[in-house]
Amino acid sequence: MVEPLVHVEGLKKYFPAGGFLKKVWVKAVDGISFDILEGETLGLVGESGCGKTTTGRLILRLIKPTAGKVLFAGKDVTRLRGKELKAFRREANIVFQDPYTSLDPRQTVFNIIMEPLKTHGIQVDDPEGFVTKLLYEVGLNETHLYRYPHEFSGGQRQRIAIARILALRPKFIVLDEPTSALDVSVQAQILNMLKELQKKYGLTYLFISHNLGVVRYMSNRIAVMYLGKIVEIAPAKTLFENPLHPYTKALLASIPVPDPEAARAKPKIQITGEPPSPINPPPGCRFAPRCPYAKDLCRQKEPKLKEVEHNHFVACWLY
Amino acid sequence: MSSPQFREPLIEVKDLYVYFYTYAGVVKAIEDMTFTIYKGEKFCMVGETGCGKSVTSRALANIVPSPGRIVKGKVIYYRDGKPINILELSEEQLREIRGKEIAYIVQDPSSALDPLYTIGYQIVETMIDHYTVKDWKEGYKRAVELLREVLMPDPEQRIKNYPHELSGGQRQRAVISIGLSNMPRLLIADEPTSSLDVTVQAQLLELLRRLVREHGLTLFLITHDMGVVAEMCDRVAVLYAGNIVELAPVDEIFKNPKHPYTMGLLRAVPNPQADIEKLEPIPGTIPNLIYPPPGCRFHPRCPFARDVCKREKPPLVEVGPGHYVRCWLHAE
Repeated sequence: MVEPLVHVEGLKKYFPAGGFLKKVWVKAVDGISFDILEGETLGLVGESGCGKTTTGRLILRLIKPTAGKVLFAGKDVTRLRGKELKAFRREANIVFQDPYTSLDPRQTVFNIIMEPLKTHGIQVDDPEGFVTKLLYEVGLNETHLYRYPHEFSGGQRQRIAIARILALRPKFIVLDEPTSALDVSVQAQILNMLKELQKKYGLTYLFISHNLGVVRYMSNRIAVMYLGKIVEIAPAKTLFENPLHPYTKALLASIPVPDPEAARAKPKIQITGEPPSPINPPPGCRFAPRCPYAKDLCRQKEPKLKEVEHNHFVACWLY
Repeated sequence: MSSPQFREPLIEVKDLYVYFYTYAGVVKAIEDMTFTIYKGEKFCMVGETGCGKSVTSRALANIVPSPGRIVKGKVIYYRDGKPINILELSEEQLREIRGKEIAYIVQDPSSALDPLYTIGYQIVETMIDHYTVKDWKEGYKRAVELLREVLMPDPEQRIKNYPHELSGGQRQRAVISIGLSNMPRLLIADEPTSSLDVTVQAQLLELLRRLVREHGLTLFLITHDMGVVAEMCDRVAVLYAGNIVELAPVDEIFKNPKHPYTMGLLRAVPNPQADIEKLEPIPGTIPNLIYPPPGCRFHPRCPFARDVCKREKPPLVEVGPGHYVRCWLHAE
């Protein structure tokens, strides 16, 4: 049994959302639990506002949770302070969605990649050689050393952001929609590179995306989120071939398939409406108002995540 | 399917060139663009950022934004069987066509709506301007019907709402109703669902399909998503760096792609229905169109590039019924 590298338990994050006499909360993440095993990629999918980005940030403690805990290699990340927190920052890192805002426009590539080393007080003998090696690692080369971010395309910028993270030899990387700002022909290059780097350095990924095709390609297991809750977790193949939760089914039926014949043959399970606001989420199962199978029970009591087959967890009263 | 049912042309684009005169230089956004959209079909244009798909759609209604200019070419629009060149019409004549016979749905529904007016007002305004309703009262009635048709929940209330009170999906439904308000003959939809979630996207695509079917509209859809192409279109044009590289019925494009770029694009998209061991990316990046590569614009990224590809631009040739390719591999 592989030990989980990341263990999340009962994690909650409520953001205050104004309100005059009575405080109002946006329940962005509302009690989720899961493990990420060493060396695997856990995909986290869901639509906008379902709390997937918040989850990524909570795990890295870029924001503090309202409740719950996150264990990283056995240590509770939410309680780390000072030196221990800094050491954690070395081991766990994030690649952001938008490579146009995540790099300092006034720094050269060399400085951008060296900065985390300075922050962590790490000495290298030959900084130029060190950075060049990293650039080769991500498909760039020494001619790019002293250029500025604006001289690069989106895909190249994302490569620079990844090189900057690799400089610290991390164990765990949160990839928050790393390719959604890129064109498909470039997206494939970055995805393949991420896979190769994972193999080479034994990295563990949390891959956040709304693109189900990309998530399937990248992940060993996939967790589906809806309105702050995890509704289903399963190995990638199982999830796509035998989805159990009605939301997962609807989500899979909604993706346009790049094959005209399959598209015509695809079952039309249409769900109507849009996700409700996380400010006042519906009681009971949060998907109940849009669910074609909803019963009275679903509107009253919230289903818990339950293992219905080996390694296949679902939170639905149908099971 | 290129069923012979679509034979009557609605729009013919002939030898269109659009350049953007920027400080950095002349961006050759579109060159040598020729295609026809037939009445009643769903025609798609697919390509990556900057390939010229949006600019092409704007040229159809002569609304290419500055500093862009249509350098040469014709856009023939068949109005009651009579051909007219859109690019030669006066502003006033154009206004009769735009918004009435040719309607446009843009990608970002938040910037397409005026935040200071209710959506009801904005729908009726279009109809008043084109005299398709006799007064505002009738207009509002019609607006409720339109919103109901695009499946907006609770339309009587929604017409009193301002855009910020609606969700993204609802706003896009409002924009679609504006587009439909005068029952256009051609509906141009430029990435109509790219800013929306997949479950909402699926609902809107189904809606567009239904509208085309029920009202006999012609749809010109622009997208970067091969999945949307497969689900929506009868015929597809694949664009690369300002050129049509391949044009064919949708099944042909997916089953029998001929251009190396189309083939690459299809292999680079992760299909959610399949277990893929390794994606095959297209090496390199899209070229700068101020200094486009000589010859075939795809040659620097093409695995089959030969000498002739670097020197001369390949012509668009027909390789099968309704299947056109711009590539030296198929030109001889």
